[in-house]
Amino acid sequence: MIRLPSPLIESLMTNPIDFTHLIDEIPLGVLILDTDRRVVFLNRAFEVLSGFSLTMAYGMKCYNILRGTACIANCPVLSMKNDNRSISCKSDMINLNRQRLPIRMTTASILDDQDHTKGFIETIEDIRLSQNIDWGKSAAYSFANIVGRCPQMEKIFQTLPVLAQSDASILITGETGTGKDLVAEAIHQTSGRESGPFIKINCGALPETLLESEIFGHQKGAFTGAVENKPGRFKLAHNGTIFLTEIGDLPRPLQVKLLTFLDDKIIYPLGSTKGFRANVRIIAATHRNLEQMVKQGSFRKDLLFRLNVARIHLPPLRERDGDIRLLIDHFFNYYKQQLDKKINGFSKNSLTILLNYNYEGNIRELKNIVEYAVNVSNNLMIEPHHLPSYLLDLPPSNEFRRAPIERHAMTQNPDPIPEGALFRNPTPLNTQEKWPAVQREMIIDALRKSNGKKNKAAELLGWGRSTLWRKIKLFKIDS
Amino acid sequence: MIHKITIPLYHEEVAPRFDLATEVLIILLSKGNIIEEKKTIVLPRPSADDLCHLLLAETINTLICGAIEEEYYQFLKWKKIDIYDSIAGKWSTAFSRWEKNKLNPGDLLSERTIEGTYV
Repeated sequence: MIRLPSPLIESLMTNPIDFTHLIDEIPLGVLILDTDRRVVFLNRAFEVLSGFSLTMAYGMKCYNILRGTACIANCPVLSMKNDNRSISCKSDMINLNRQRLPIRMTTASILDDQDHTKGFIETIEDIRLSQNIDWGKSAAYSFANIVGRCPQMEKIFQTLPVLAQSDASILITGETGTGKDLVAEAIHQTSGRESGPFIKINCGALPETLLESEIFGHQKGAFTGAVENKPGRFKLAHNGTIFLTEIGDLPRPLQVKLLTFLDDKIIYPLGSTKGFRANVRIIAATHRNLEQMVKQGSFRKDLLFRLNVARIHLPPLRERDGDIRLLIDHFFNYYKQQLDKKINGFSKNSLTILLNYNYEGNIRELKNIVEYAVNVSNNLMIEPHHLPSYLLDLPPSNEFRRAPIERHAMTQNPDPIPEGALFRNPTPLNTQEKWPAVQREMIIDALRKSNGKKNKAAELLGWGRSTLWRKIKLFKIDS
Repeated sequence: MIHKITIPLYHEEVAPRFDLATEVLIILLSKGNIIEEKKTIVLPRPSADDLCHLLLAETINTLICGAIEEEYYQFLKWKKIDIYDSIAGKWSTAFSRWEKNKLNPGDLLSERTIEGTYV
């Protein structure tokens, strides 16, 4: 008769804690092995997954219990014997019901207080659900949270899943606000490293000295104030993805250090001679023109080539035909729900303004505009005066693009601009003209129509009498 | 009458997975369970389909194996092969238990130790 252990955790809390209860609460299958790969303990989730109880498995070799492909082909525990880093891999197992289950195994060493390996812990995650998700069905015009249906974006949506499955370094370029972060996260989420960490570092956010310690970590005593060991982002991203945003702002000395890591995959924390082999996928992003920076000598050519294994260029919003309307609706629905507002949509006037705007801040700017408008509006429709005022300061000029679809829509439904509305003058104004000039013209026009009667003019403009009087003074119309 | 037994191998043990075995032991027994022939076949690559094909080509009567998928289990059953699956331990132990008619599917025959001590 096998005598099963009933382990306790001492010294963690005042009273000893029941280890069995603790480990049974973990929703992942957990196997605890000794140094000879024999099963010491397993939890309830593993029992459900494999069909083996602790009584059956106790003291058995783990490959006879887990029965995974990785156990036979490339046992992670054996790989760990020379190297203490944890290993995560996708595999499959056949349980006692003869079912083949796709799993993700993560193996780590169990160390004693002297850092000696005393065993191994394996977590087994059933990934049947995540494998059954059909991205194509669930998101016709999107990949993860990225929305768009223009040809450029469609091409990106086709490439992203392929790139996600590979382990190649990726360089994402594009103007600010085009969704570089979102793409990087989507790649991580759809890659084999999805259960690993996704660590983001903004290379432009910290000074050089801090950045080095932040990225690569430091050893206790490496410099004044280094009172304890710091693991560094690369070590934290082990078995996951590291996202280096604004890579163009990375100082040159750190470019060399990054280059060394990309070559041998070992990181050396500041002040340490002992390296750490990090299994990390690198995604870099920048809004800068790296080729030009290479020519100018501010970015290393060899680093560019190492990062530029696969490149994704995100087009600016003004080049994405038809996507502005799609994104307006997307963000409108999102914020309407978030803020619990009863708004039906945008009025024709406000839509015209939004569709003709240049969006130098790209999707981020569009998102902010929609958020502002939904917040401000108390009507059923969002009117032009609910939009941020800077949109109204800029007249529709020749430099403003208009997507073919939107242009077509506008010719089909010529905008019936009411008298007294903001855009009374259908002729394009020159770029020098600003909102005060437009207002002045509107007031003069209204006064002319009302034969100089300020009451009637104020009515035509939709303003109060005092507002009109104040503006007449301001623009010196009465003089 | 000759009885043929197959045991997919992993070193000296029954292979933990039928579909991942690259070595197969075939034992030919004559009347009275006398071993007539014992041969090991090394497969070029692990494949459950190839292994099933081999079992049928060799007209195997009994299969002693580790984990096997339901699809292959049912197929081989349908082909009238007697299957003892989920067996763990040395192939010789499994075989001698089968000879004594004491082998059951799911038998875990390995020696059990924890940190070098038998349990």
